[in-house]
Amino acid sequence: MEKILFIANTESDGSLSKIALEVLGSAIELAGKLEGSTLSVGLFGTSIQEAANSIADCGAASFSGVEGEDFADSRYCSDIAAVSELIGKSEATLVLAPANIRISRVLPGAAVRCNGKIDSRISRLSAEGGKVTAQRWFYRQRMTGSFSRDTRPWIMSMDAGSSEAVPTSSGTAHVDMLSVALSDDQKKTKVLGTESPSTNAQTIKPDANILFVAGAGWTKKQADGQIHAEEAEKHILGFLEKAKASLGSSKSLVDQGSEGEAVLGFMSHLNQIGQTGASPRHQKGLATCCHGEEPHVIGWRFINERRAVNADANCGWAQGKADVLYVADAFEVMTKVNELL
Amino acid sequence: MAGNNFFSYISSFTKNGELEMSNGYDIVVCGSLVPDPLQTLEPIMGPQGPGLKNEMMLPAVLDPWAGHALYEADHLAKKTEGSRVFLVSIGPKAKLQQLMMAIGQKASFELIVKDGPASGFTDAADTARVLAEAIESIPGLDKSKLLVFGGCASASRDAGVTMQMVGEKLGITDHFLAVDALEISDSGSLKIKERAESGQYLLSECSAPPALIAWATGNLPEPPNNPQIGMANMRKIMPALQQAGPAGIESAGLSFAEVTIPQQKRDTKIEKDMPVDDIAREIVEWIKG
Ligand SMILES: Cc1cc2nc3c(=O)[nH]c(=O)nc-3n(C[C@H](O)[C@H](O)[C@H](O)COP(=O)(O)OP(=O)(O)OC[C@H]3O[C@@H](n4cnc5c(N)ncnc54)[C@H](O)[C@@H]3O)c2cc1C
Repeated sequence: MEKILFIANTESDGSLSKIALEVLGSAIELAGKLEGSTLSVGLFGTSIQEAANSIADCGAASFSGVEGEDFADSRYCSDIAAVSELIGKSEATLVLAPANIRISRVLPGAAVRCNGKIDSRISRLSAEGGKVTAQRWFYRQRMTGSFSRDTRPWIMSMDAGSSEAVPTSSGTAHVDMLSVALSDDQKKTKVLGTESPSTNAQTIKPDANILFVAGAGWTKKQADGQIHAEEAEKHILGFLEKAKASLGSSKSLVDQGSEGEAVLGFMSHLNQIGQTGASPRHQKGLATCCHGEEPHVIGWRFINERRAVNADANCGWAQGKADVLYVADAFEVMTKVNELL
Repeated sequence: MAGNNFFSYISSFTKNGELEMSNGYDIVVCGSLVPDPLQTLEPIMGPQGPGLKNEMMLPAVLDPWAGHALYEADHLAKKTEGSRVFLVSIGPKAKLQQLMMAIGQKASFELIVKDGPASGFTDAADTARVLAEAIESIPGLDKSKLLVFGGCASASRDAGVTMQMVGEKLGITDHFLAVDALEISDSGSLKIKERAESGQYLLSECSAPPALIAWATGNLPEPPNNPQIGMANMRKIMPALQQAGPAGIESAGLSFAEVTIPQQKRDTKIEKDMPVDDIAREIVEWIKG
């Protein structure tokens, strides 16, 4: 008989994030497929009652929480104390949590402390005849594997999009507040705050409908033998603003900063898409001046509709990696696109 | 105080008997090899579970994020006198030897090898256990100076869990994930920038080592090959490879049902002669549609 525990941190405004509500959806579905199983919820953060109330009607048999100023910030030492306590007290056999950065940092350590096993970034869970099977990507989105484990607790973090987000309501949840006290040693790390990598633009927007990817071509010599980095900046920022797009980059373009070549001021390593970058989720993606090599395109796995503008008809996008490839000068095309937008 | 620890302890006394405070760190980088990302990978199911077709033949590279960790370790060690850098690798010995020919020229380190699989399908918990044991066995390891580095995720398993498990097993309780910058303040505290949600950085300050730092790309370019470093490294790397014992990784209790490559090839429409105005109009319609 499986005891399922859904764990999440609360956001700074006391709510649960979209990915947390999606994973709760997966936990509810899984509980429905495992006869005799129970579902409980464990939350941690500054103050968790509001979040618990928002999912009071989700069907969980019990709610527990760890709260207080010590748990406001994303910090390993305090988070692991909270998460281990929530898992330990619940005696859960299956633990599901969102694969956000805060949870991803702490969950593996919690698995060690709780004598469990962990699998991260699960994209789907299924259960048949009482056996739970998890699915995730391997080799950076190149292949998927389905597997199961005998060990309990089996602790899993789940990627965005694993299920529909559970709608929130305004019920009243009875929360069993667990007391977790931190020693001075557990406060060796102080969180100082957050910082935007570039001073002049917030370019990464996970909720945007479209991802605009800029490649190294934008800062390469053009037909006139000159580099037009300033013009490139204008086109890209203009498009981001008008289309409310999120900005991605190829590795070559972001690496140029450390290699001393022409750079786009608002671009940082955080924008990089691909093998050693991000794999964001957007409905549409437009690649410009980017060759579409395999290590880059791996990061496009979760972009549904893909178009590319490239001067080279034989670039990677032409090899079945985009739906449409426009063989054209991206400077000219983006000037027009921005005019029309 | 047993064995080698004793020697590192007495060597930290100066001639007049005072305890000399060394600023150096013991930086241990965990990293192994992955298939070159330009290769096509095909999964196969074997009696021991899944693997890659012709896995031993595939050209390999140092796992990219672990590579950044190694370059950052080298950089920090050069800035901080008295530091030592170790690279702990679990992988097939023969392939690691090939890899070391290239990596050994880029940064100074001592190599510790466990002969075993570097597959994306092994259990991260086993990998972490073996890495932690290997780190514990480093002669004269001083945990008060210990910085454990690694990549924030591998390009094989891509789980982002191994380093934290290594840290826990070593009793390190300050962990940082997806780090792009580490700065040591005058007081010796570690100032760290971690990647956070929505393209932000989380800034933290950890008063002192030990700490575990799982790197993202950092800010350093890949160092050029330096044959002199290569020569110096190789004197220690070759014996380390020869002495490498088996890792003993079994992935018990983990069973794979299947591994597949999803269909991903699209039927690309290539517009070669479309006027720019028409391209722009079509793109805008598509965006708005
Ligand atoms: C271990 C490893 C990991 C890697 N990880 C990543 C990763 O995470 N992400 C990533 O992106 N890459 C990664 N790479 C690098 C990858 O293989 C490519 O080198 C990189 O993606 C190339 O970037 P690019 O397409 O921007 O540049 P280039 O290859 O230089 O291509 C520039 C393109 O711009 C086009 N162009 C130039 N001017 C114009 C114009 N006016 N109009 C239209 N088109 C124009 C050119 O035709 C060309 O196709 C990795 C490589 C390795 C070995």
